[in-house]
Amino acid sequence: MTTHVFKPDMPPPGNRIGIVAWARANLFSSWLNTLLTLFAFYLIWLIVPPLLSWTILDANWVGSTRADCTKDGACWVFIQQRFGQFMYGYYPTELRWRVDLSVWLAVIGAAPLFISRFKHKAIYGLGFLVVYPILAYSLLHGGHWGLTNVATSQWGGLMLTLVIATVGIAGALPLGILLALGRRSDMPAIRVVCVTFIEFWRGVPLITVLFMSSVMLPLFLPEGMNFDKLLRALIGVILFQSAYVAEVVRGGLQAIPKGQYEAAAAMGLGYWRSMGLVILPQALKLVIPGIVNTFIALFKDTSLVIIIGLFDLLNSVKQAAADPTWLGMATEGYVFAALVFWIFCFGMSRYSMHLEHKLDTGHKR
Amino acid sequence: MKQLKSTLALATAAIVLSVSGFAHAGATLDGVKKKGFVQCGVSDGLPGFSVPDKNGKILGIDADICRAVAAAVFGDATKVKFSQLNAKERFTALQSGEVDVLSRNTTWTSSRDAGMGMVFAGVTYYDGVGFLVNNKLGVKSAKELDGATICIQAGTTTELNVSDYFRANNLKYTPITFDTSDESAKSLESGRCDVLTSDKSQLYAQRTKLANPNDYVVLPETISKEPLGPVVRKGDEDWFSIVKWTLFAMLNAEEAGITSKNVVAEAKSTKNPDVARLLGADGEYGKDLKLPKDWVVQIVSQVGNYGEVFEKNLGKSTPLAIDRGLNALWNNGGIQYAPPVR
Repeated sequence: MTTHVFKPDMPPPGNRIGIVAWARANLFSSWLNTLLTLFAFYLIWLIVPPLLSWTILDANWVGSTRADCTKDGACWVFIQQRFGQFMYGYYPTELRWRVDLSVWLAVIGAAPLFISRFKHKAIYGLGFLVVYPILAYSLLHGGHWGLTNVATSQWGGLMLTLVIATVGIAGALPLGILLALGRRSDMPAIRVVCVTFIEFWRGVPLITVLFMSSVMLPLFLPEGMNFDKLLRALIGVILFQSAYVAEVVRGGLQAIPKGQYEAAAAMGLGYWRSMGLVILPQALKLVIPGIVNTFIALFKDTSLVIIIGLFDLLNSVKQAAADPTWLGMATEGYVFAALVFWIFCFGMSRYSMHLEHKLDTGHKR
Repeated sequence: MKQLKSTLALATAAIVLSVSGFAHAGATLDGVKKKGFVQCGVSDGLPGFSVPDKNGKILGIDADICRAVAAAVFGDATKVKFSQLNAKERFTALQSGEVDVLSRNTTWTSSRDAGMGMVFAGVTYYDGVGFLVNNKLGVKSAKELDGATICIQAGTTTELNVSDYFRANNLKYTPITFDTSDESAKSLESGRCDVLTSDKSQLYAQRTKLANPNDYVVLPETISKEPLGPVVRKGDEDWFSIVKWTLFAMLNAEEAGITSKNVVAEAKSTKNPDVARLLGADGEYGKDLKLPKDWVVQIVSQVGNYGEVFEKNLGKSTPLAIDRGLNALWNNGGIQYAPPVR
């Protein structure tokens, strides 16, 4: 008896698999698609080769003066020469290790918070939030423990951008949460104060806040009393951003079903405990995208301090481009600044996605 | 850079005046001596006038004026701290006492001199609005610019100056305004406009940004007066005199041929009575200004005379390569003239 043996399956026809089939299905499925595809290819051909040759192939990488930039492409020598200034501003060169050290302290100090097996996250995290700013401030500003004082007017570059952004975020988040709770409070006095605060700060542009803090405020202070410019800007940024955070958090609070509030009350939890243990954890998780959105906007808004003469990354670039020996290098500088900003903002948005994923408890639709 | 002339600045100044009283004469000098340094307001980056180098040291003619003041007061040109100010905050910074002297390419005008609680101590640089054109156009004078397309930086008084000039000469033009000087330089290069207009000192800086600077030429006409100089608070005559005479001393030193190289030797051995008075070898002219006897020696030896400072920051040896022009001494074809020390 012969066993019936099936012939092996024939492979799918050639025009159904592989890159050709994919291209047919996705790029050339109709005459309109074909037209759009060709147009897109034309655009790529127009943009990519010149871009590549400007940024990489024809670019000048080595040298130390403008005269070394002999090729047609970008002159990255400029970035290389001014790199220290873009990163640290006018922070004295021999003291820059202090900036590096504070960054490393932040990275190492915050690392346990990202290890899921680490047990005492809440206590450690709070402790870190209290200790680190004091430590970082002492390191950066100096003036005691044998460290030379470095006035904030010498801070600049990416370092200043990061200082403003992190202080802004760390200050605005707790303040924003309190404001959101206050706005939903049953106590009229607190509610009125919070609503007024939020609506006031949301109603003015950040640029106005900064401008007022640097141009108007000094006029009302007694002569000779110099309120640190950076501090003024930081306070302005925190107050301004906290109003936005408050509204985002309020959105989260309103999304929590009433049953949760009642359940917490039925358990005998008081106001702070029901908020802290039941409501806020759920609400904050819901509004992670909104909060991160606000913080990304804040990070980019730090470049507005240009208006009050602080030298953040963007302003350092602008200023370096005004150096007579490097005139005409503004494009390279701005491209570099854009790249740095993009790296940080993209990093933040990826982290927020990771956080959402980790905290997801199946409510996502 | 006349952006600073914005109405906002004026409004701010008006408020300032109503809020803060005037200091008594000599308050600034006392304050400066107590602090141990001169707090000097400079621009936030203007080629040749004040711009930080790689190490953050501020270079430029505006910055050197402040160094000279420090040299006169303390005998040490390094005893100066710089505040980099943008156009909007500069007057507030001076009025509120944040800076002792504002040396920030600020045009001397009647409203600023009389109406804002401050006084100009002199002119460090005679500037004016000019035109930068491509050689190919074959234009030799601004009068031939009828029908030209002109790149202007928005929000500056240059806009006003250009429109006044063209109306007065019955010429037509098409303005294209840009926010930054980099954009306008690119537009001139790409041919979007025939002419680039700005303060002459800045046109030279703009020219170095172009791929082939030698293809472009700055036209001889200057269509507005922009005397730039240091500013101090009103009502403080001692300090005002020190800043004013620091500038005069630098000019007098150049006129007398005193340079940073020979000043020390000249102070000891000069036979010329003018030079002897200037350098403190004869008489006590420093005392009238509440300055040490050798104040001019300190200024010239540490910072240089006016000509040296000009050459170092703006002159032929720099990428800007600006002619002395109006800024030459009066006996050399220019209008820089200083009263004598005696």
